[in-house]
Amino acid sequence: MIEPVKLEYKIRGSDFINAGEASSGTKKALNRLGVSPAAVKRAAIAMYEAEINAVIHADGGEAEVFIYSDHVIIRIIDQGPGIPDVSLAMQEGWSTAPDIAREMGFGAGMGLPNIKKHSDDMSIETEIGKGTTVTITVRFQV
Amino acid sequence: MKLSECVDVISANVLVTGEDMDLDVHVACGADLMSDVMAFSCSTNQMMLTGLVNPQTIRTAEMMDVKVVVFVRGKVPDRGMLDLAQEKGICVLSTPLPMFSACGILYQNGVKGKGE
Ligand SMILES: Nc1ncnc2c1ncn2[C@@H]1O[C@H](COP(=O)(O)OP(=O)(O)OP(=O)(O)O)[C@@H](O)[C@H]1O
Ligand SMILES: [Mg+2]
Repeated sequence: MIEPVKLEYKIRGSDFINAGEASSGTKKALNRLGVSPAAVKRAAIAMYEAEINAVIHADGGEAEVFIYSDHVIIRIIDQGPGIPDVSLAMQEGWSTAPDIAREMGFGAGMGLPNIKKHSDDMSIETEIGKGTTVTITVRFQV
Repeated sequence: MKLSECVDVISANVLVTGEDMDLDVHVACGADLMSDVMAFSCSTNQMMLTGLVNPQTIRTAEMMDVKVVVFVRGKVPDRGMLDLAQEKGICVLSTPLPMFSACGILYQNGVKGKGE
C-alpha cells in the first residue's frame, strides 16, 4: 500500500486571525495533488467547520490530515470541554457559541450538520472535560 | 456581468485586484453570517457582499471558492486582511452603498442568487 501524505497543524484557541490556516493548507495540498475541485471543496468546507469549532468551543487543538490516493481523512483533535449531548449538537440551529464567535460571523449552529453534509463519513468522539475528536472522511470520487 | 462592470455600477473601490478582472460574475450572495455562507452557498457562487469585516470573511471566501468579496457601507478592512486576500487571489472591493442597495443594483444588472 502507498503511504498517505500526512499533514499536521496546530490550531490556536480564540485566534480569529489565523483560524482557518490548517484548512487552507490542506486545501492547497489537495489541489496540488490533483484532487478534483469538487472533492477539494467538500474537504475544505468540512475541515474549516471543524477547525473553527476547535477555535471557538475548545481553546484550540491539532489537525491531522492523511491524504490517500482516493480519499482523505481529516482529524481535528482538541482537549476542550467535550460535547455533553452529541445528537443535540448535530441539530441545525443548536449553538452555545460565545459572543466573540458571533461577532466573527459564526454561531448559527450549522457547522456540525454541514460537516455531515459535505463528508462521506463523520464521527465524533467526545468526553466531558477531556476533549473532542472529529474525524472526517471525504472520498475523491462519488 | 464583468467584474470590472460590477465595480462601476456599485461605485466600488478596488482594494485588492483579483486574478481576473474580466471574470464574468453570474452568482452572488449577501451575508453577515459566515455560518450561512458555509452552509448554504452554492458551488457556483462567485461574489460575496458583506458588512462583516474580519479575517474570517476572507477565509470563508477562500474555502467556498468565492472570487470576490465586497464590503458594503464603505467598510475598509485592515492591512492584514488585504494581505490575506492578496495571498489567496481573492479580489476585495469596498462600496459606499448599504447591503440592500448594492445587492439590488447588481441584481438589476443581471447578477443572480443561488439557483436562479
Ligand atoms: N470541538 C468542540 N468542543 C466542544 N463543543 C463543541 C465542539 N464542536 C461543537 N461543539 C458544540 O456543538 C454546538 C454545535 O456546533 P456547530 O458547529 O454545529 O455550531 P456552532 O459552532 O455553534 O455554530 P456555526 O458552526 O454555525 O458557526 C456548538 O455550539 C458547541 O456547543
Ligand atoms: Mg461550528
